[in-house]
Amino acid sequence: MIALRTAAGGRVDRSKPISFTFDGIRYAAFAGDTLASGLLANGVHLVGRSFKYHRPRGLVAAGSEEPNGLVTVIRDAARYTPNLRATQVELHDGLVAHSQNRWPSLARDAGRINDWLSRFFPAGFYYKTFMWPAKAWKSLYEPVIRSAAGLGKSPSLADPDRYAQRYAHCDVLVVGAGPAGLAAALAAAATGARVIVCDEQAEFGGSLLDCPGARIDGTAAADWAAQARRALAENSRVTLLERTTAFGYFPHNFIGINQRLTEHLAAPAPGTLRERLWQVRAARVILAAGAIERPLVFPGNDRPGILLAGAARTYLHRYGVRVGTRAVIVTAHDAAYQTALDLGAAGVSIAAVADLRGGPGGGAPGPLADAARAAGIDVLTAATVLGTSGNLRVDGITLGSVDSGGGVRAGRRIACDVVLMSGGYTPSVHLFSQSRGRLQWSEPVRAFVPGESAECEVSVGACRGIFELADALSDGAAAGAAAGNASRAAGLSAPNPTPAPLAPVVEAPAWGSDAYLGALPQPDAFGGDKAFVDWQHDVTTRDLALAAREGFRSIEHVKRYTTTGMATDQGKTSNLNALAIVAAGLGVPIAQVGLTSFRMPYTPVSFGSFAGISRGDLFDPVRTTPMHAWAAARGAVFENVALWKRARYFPRAGEDLHAAVARECRSVREACGIFDASTLGKIEVVGVDAAIFLNRLYINNWSNLAVGRARYGILLREDGFIADDGVIARLADNRFHVTTTTGGAARVLATMEDYRQTEWPDLDVWLTSTTEQWAVIAVQGPAARRVLEPLVEDIDLAAATLPHMGAGRGRIAGVPMLLFRVSFTGELGFEVNVPADYGAAVWEAIFAAGQAHGITPYGTETMHVLRAEKGYIIVGQDTDGTVTPDDAGLSWAIGTRKADFVGKRSLERASMKAADRKQLVGLRTRDPAVVLEEGAQVAERPGLSAPMPLVGHVSSSYHSANLGHSIALALVAGGRARLGQTLYVPMPAGDIEVEVTPPVFYDVEGLRLHG
Amino acid sequence: MVDARREPPVVVETPWLRLLPPATRWVFQGPPHVRALAAAAWGVPFAAEACRASTAAGRSALWLGPEEYLLLAPDTAAERAAIGSLELSLQGVPHALVDVGHRQVALEVRSDQASVLLNSSCPLDLDLAVFPVGTCTRTVFAKADIVLWRTRRDVFHLEVWRSFLHYVTGILTEVAREFSDAG
Repeated sequence: MIALRTAAGGRVDRSKPISFTFDGIRYAAFAGDTLASGLLANGVHLVGRSFKYHRPRGLVAAGSEEPNGLVTVIRDAARYTPNLRATQVELHDGLVAHSQNRWPSLARDAGRINDWLSRFFPAGFYYKTFMWPAKAWKSLYEPVIRSAAGLGKSPSLADPDRYAQRYAHCDVLVVGAGPAGLAAALAAAATGARVIVCDEQAEFGGSLLDCPGARIDGTAAADWAAQARRALAENSRVTLLERTTAFGYFPHNFIGINQRLTEHLAAPAPGTLRERLWQVRAARVILAAGAIERPLVFPGNDRPGILLAGAARTYLHRYGVRVGTRAVIVTAHDAAYQTALDLGAAGVSIAAVADLRGGPGGGAPGPLADAARAAGIDVLTAATVLGTSGNLRVDGITLGSVDSGGGVRAGRRIACDVVLMSGGYTPSVHLFSQSRGRLQWSEPVRAFVPGESAECEVSVGACRGIFELADALSDGAAAGAAAGNASRAAGLSAPNPTPAPLAPVVEAPAWGSDAYLGALPQPDAFGGDKAFVDWQHDVTTRDLALAAREGFRSIEHVKRYTTTGMATDQGKTSNLNALAIVAAGLGVPIAQVGLTSFRMPYTPVSFGSFAGISRGDLFDPVRTTPMHAWAAARGAVFENVALWKRARYFPRAGEDLHAAVARECRSVREACGIFDASTLGKIEVVGVDAAIFLNRLYINNWSNLAVGRARYGILLREDGFIADDGVIARLADNRFHVTTTTGGAARVLATMEDYRQTEWPDLDVWLTSTTEQWAVIAVQGPAARRVLEPLVEDIDLAAATLPHMGAGRGRIAGVPMLLFRVSFTGELGFEVNVPADYGAAVWEAIFAAGQAHGITPYGTETMHVLRAEKGYIIVGQDTDGTVTPDDAGLSWAIGTRKADFVGKRSLERASMKAADRKQLVGLRTRDPAVVLEEGAQVAERPGLSAPMPLVGHVSSSYHSANLGHSIALALVAGGRARLGQTLYVPMPAGDIEVEVTPPVFYDVEGLRLHG
Repeated sequence: MVDARREPPVVVETPWLRLLPPATRWVFQGPPHVRALAAAAWGVPFAAEACRASTAAGRSALWLGPEEYLLLAPDTAAERAAIGSLELSLQGVPHALVDVGHRQVALEVRSDQASVLLNSSCPLDLDLAVFPVGTCTRTVFAKADIVLWRTRRDVFHLEVWRSFLHYVTGILTEVAREFSDAG
């Protein structure tokens, strides 16, 4: 047996031997190997079990299109990455990889039984078989299918690595650094354009790295690639990104790019970034994505050891690895002959080249076949493949021949340990398709190629069907120069005085052409072993034929029914063959069947990359008020309100929520409470038309609001339902201070700006958010005035001079203050507004002054209870977007003499005035200890079972320590006409009897407010 | 009684990131024809060109919109008085002047990697040719709203609403970990 690693050559570093393990077995390799080349160098082809039938599978490709070689790479318990393509996993010393989808082992896998039972698992089997009984779907079928399906396991520990994201802009983005891409980048960079070049591989060069026979400008192709890279790297306006996949093409040339920074390192420094997501806005995009070789579809084409011919050439030239010792090459493309010659020269025995082309008895296609024959290789023409043999590795292939009438005759079986296949090359049009460019069928290429672009984009080289090296280089250079010059013309970048033309002299063997699409001819179309079209999703010719038989005509439907092309490889190797088979089944040309759309990502992208730094504390802004530290130091329990942290309650030792809230509630009513209201939205509305503006927006009348007075305002949507509320104070003739709900601040400002700019641009009025300008300290309770009086200058707090809903400017603790006498508790109350930097100090000053009066800090929970005792609504809790002002008992606020306001016309509709609309009422439970559940439904009669007629729901519900019983607000149909009625709240434990009451439970006359 | 002390937010300074001292900050809004009047009164030209800042004698006017400028000046009694004079001189003409001195704080990012740091979370093209010195704009920084102003080649001035400050500095600090030479 010959060694599989060649004695010399390849781009691996033979001075750096490394080792790795696969399924626990240690193997030797070299730095520069991929997991795939390292395994193949050790004669390992078997790398996984197939998705559905659990058939043994080997490596098929050498690049990102690999459908079979999905592995799990484990660095440690938390760095556990499933479903990596072995062809893209760069080896480092000590790398640990495992195969997937097998149990108990890769060689002996219990799931293989699916293959023998496959007649019961045709395409769409889960739609057909598991329909009955319906209950079994959730409890039995789905769990079983889910555990059987899926590849790899997710890591269970949090990802310890760091990921970053970066926005970037450029004049020209080049995707792919093969010959066309490098030529494009050189030409674009020469114009002085800002250029970004990315390539998914570890090394720039693409096909230049595995064509030793090619020379560019007298330099070996791979060396030319390295020179080109160096030249680009010296240009400060060029960014080069290796190991970087352009995975998504978004509108307006916005490209998602994933860069892998440390995967290839044996021991990345702790804290090093693992991946970076680039979001690139490119003036022009050059797609140089290359082409992917197509497998051939014949019975038993999925045995380990059967791979793409071009992959064998890549493994030989880039990694110095022979994929086997005795090869049969089956091809419809000229390039496979070069592979045969190269492998033969490297010591691989070429048992035969079976060419699908050529008439019976000879007519070898092209001079390459002659060269192969001259090298002593047996070349068969008009060949087909009838089957293969071998258990975990191919050990033979049975060829046949096609006669002039299309009949298939059995031929001989040839022993071999690898079968190399080439059905021609499919241009990689994934990104072009994502960009919504139109694909068109090219008969010469026998594939879809980019047609009309939808974006400022151009495809170059093999991804548009230009395969010959010289052609690809000049295609890329021309596009690069054009893109660079266009960006210069557009003034996007500084012109370079000496743009260098690029016209390389190329000496290279002809690449050749031709293709085969669809299934190879068989004597009995589906008689033999399964012939796979989509390796990764285990879709066979029979599945596609079944779909056609069952009447699926659209390729989009066939795709979904059979799942062909829907695996993580997105059908990179399978789409065109599937299409050809469907087209043949339907009896229409391929071009007429059309191609399904390609979806992002081109190859899978890690969640970490998408998350970037948006984790933990940086996931969302955590907004805190100037008094936050004080509350935290006091042991406040916080709750999230929009992005804000608000103190919910201030428990003392031994207190739970209820005890703390009961104490806080009593303190406010009996003495004085202090509350942080800074998060309330604030908008300063300024201009001579400010009152008119507010009149048109809010339901209230603002013209008659005196300077130094405030009013409770309600904002509706156009449909007449309550959108927001808040106190609005008139600070001057032309200046209003509007407050909004905490969560509604941004929405109200945006609504106001919308109306201002689009509906009433004639008004002289401007809006400024002042939410964060002011720290707001609510001081509430019978002692509030006595607490504040010693601290306040320039305002007389007496009821006569500053009555309820009065406003004024003054000073507190020596700093400027905006003071409102307002109350959301029903008590005498003040809201002290001071510039935010003074918030903490003024709070502390008030708190200190309040000690003599029993001042108590309270949180949002107490605020909720106190306002509910007074029947004050909270927008979003007691309203749900279907509540009118009248429903909420607030029709008194409507400025009836106003010509119009937002929502006014909607309120005139008959249904908005119906007597049976849900109206805000209070509910009192018969048992005062029972606290209703918020959201509970309300029924008219007890003892009903669902479905039952319901007349309302509970919107707010608390235990009231001040009243000694529970209270609730509810929206009940015709509620105000039901006062005194008994209703029932049906709960799982039985009906709760409630009495309908007015929504105000405490100080109904409102005397305390005016104290 | 002792006057309440001013307590601006605190940021841990690095060679490349610092919190700028408190400032006099007002939002001026008004139709274009009032612009010249305001500029004359305050002594700083109000740029007519979009997204341009102009500075004179320590005062800066940042174009934020066709009718909106952010006025920045040192936090001194004289500057507060100057805004008072501006308000007086604009009496009777349509406009709005609103104090936002405590609404937001200013960060300075000073580094030859400043653009890259900012581009972690800001989608704008910060190339010097596209975003030259003197450019200012309201933009996003991840999920925060900021005003970004390039004051020098490698120096950016960020106006950040105070409750978003630690989110913004947290991101900048995290991103800067990849540049050992961020200073």
